[in-house]
Amino acid sequence: MKSILERIKNGEILVADGAMGTMLFARGLKPGEPPESVNLKNPEILEEIAQAYLDARADIIQTNTFGASPLKLSDYGLEDKAEEINRIAVERVRKVVGEKAYVSGSCGPSGKLLNPFGDTEPGEIYKSFERQIKSLIEAGIDIICIETMTDLNEATLAIKAAKSISPEMPIMTTMTFDETPRGFYTIMGVSINDAVTGLQKAGADIIGSNCGNGIENMIIIAREFKKFSRLPIIIQSNAGLPGLKNGEIFYSETPEFFREKAKDLINAGVSIIGGCCGTTPEHIQSIRKVVDNYKENGCKGNGLF
Amino acid sequence: MDILIQISEYLQQGDDEEVFKLTKKAIKLNLNPKDILDNSLIAGMNIIGEQFKKHEIFLPDVLMAAKAMYAGLDQLKPLLASKGISGLGKVVIGTVQGDLHDIGKNLVGIMLKGAGFDVIDLGKDVPAEKFVETAKRENAKLIGMSALLTTTMQTMKQVIEILKEENSEIKTIIGGAPVSKEFANEIGADAYAYDAANTVECVKKIM
Repeated sequence: MKSILERIKNGEILVADGAMGTMLFARGLKPGEPPESVNLKNPEILEEIAQAYLDARADIIQTNTFGASPLKLSDYGLEDKAEEINRIAVERVRKVVGEKAYVSGSCGPSGKLLNPFGDTEPGEIYKSFERQIKSLIEAGIDIICIETMTDLNEATLAIKAAKSISPEMPIMTTMTFDETPRGFYTIMGVSINDAVTGLQKAGADIIGSNCGNGIENMIIIAREFKKFSRLPIIIQSNAGLPGLKNGEIFYSETPEFFREKAKDLINAGVSIIGGCCGTTPEHIQSIRKVVDNYKENGCKGNGLF
Repeated sequence: MDILIQISEYLQQGDDEEVFKLTKKAIKLNLNPKDILDNSLIAGMNIIGEQFKKHEIFLPDVLMAAKAMYAGLDQLKPLLASKGISGLGKVVIGTVQGDLHDIGKNLVGIMLKGAGFDVIDLGKDVPAEKFVETAKRENAKLIGMSALLTTTMQTMKQVIEILKEENSEIKTIIGGAPVSKEFANEIGADAYAYDAANTVECVKKIM
């Protein structure tokens, strides 16, 4: 299988998978339980979810390890199980996808605030990421996905940790932005321009944004990224922001809406398009159709049209 | 420059050492502790709150200002207590059960303290009963609940249901990324705040 970076370089647009949380809840995860506990208790669920996204024809399937850094797991007293939790997540996805899709190792924020804003030292966060990423790489991921970051320093620590373990492992890094009257910023005050500069410098291979926004804002964010970045862009949009209908949580953006809007992400020059909170295999199918349609019409990606 | 204004300015810059030193000096000069609280610490945090609301500054700036605020507040507290000066009232806050995200809630705590409220922070992953029990025991007038996960929003509803059953006069305010004004209306919360600074405004209105 060609590497992700090679395919992107050739102008190909890849499709990533959608939400994990909603899929886990639909399969019995209780509110308040850490999503990663599934890896220990019901790992067969991980295979079901990977299969659903593979059937939706995603090229990249993520592991259920968003909160599987020892620091984050310590909220639940599960830090000693970090290696096992990460390894099982990779093995189960690999078992399903084989060489048909790439396995992406998800690595979310530590949940701690760095000194001086918070009380956590950089070394502690670095070590925590190092332990998680080492487990993911040893278990055989194809790419690492450091995601939902709001602090550039924390993202940099994760990237450095990944690089120290395997200089060759491709690294995607996404940050989560809020819309403000002065443009998009993370809650820690990182602008898109800052994110591009910082993540490039830290050594990421693919950069972009996930979570926090529906697809329309993500199109604006993608254009902004493209303005500053020489690296390929990944966008994983929420299906809008969550609302409540008859006591049930729902996300307003439908697979049809994604189908309508995904072409704007392609036009903005995005190389990897996937989903975040609230997206389903149907959303991913929609994206797939748009990407295929675009491919058949013989255009090249990377915004060169 | 007026020492009280100086304290406020150092607070806004997040300089906890200067705020500590100058508060000490102001106390030594026999300035009224209530004036120091109102005109330095609260005044400074109000400006920080406004700037954060307008996205002129970000979380790190607020956290540094809060650190500076505590450097002053910790010295004033015993003095205020000995003079029998109480704040604007007691509020109980926490992130609802099942939710371990607490950055937003911490911000709310900082802003409320900065505005002169007496804040009891129950932390994260707080069950409905604990909110109610604590509020009753502490004679708090308000419960503030935060959620980041959509799955945990139901705990907010439970708290409000318990209060209603007991005909309690304790008010409720909710916030957090997945929460909306519509949701607040649906579950019967007294107020919905869209961010930490807005929480202070809303709490002042309903208390």
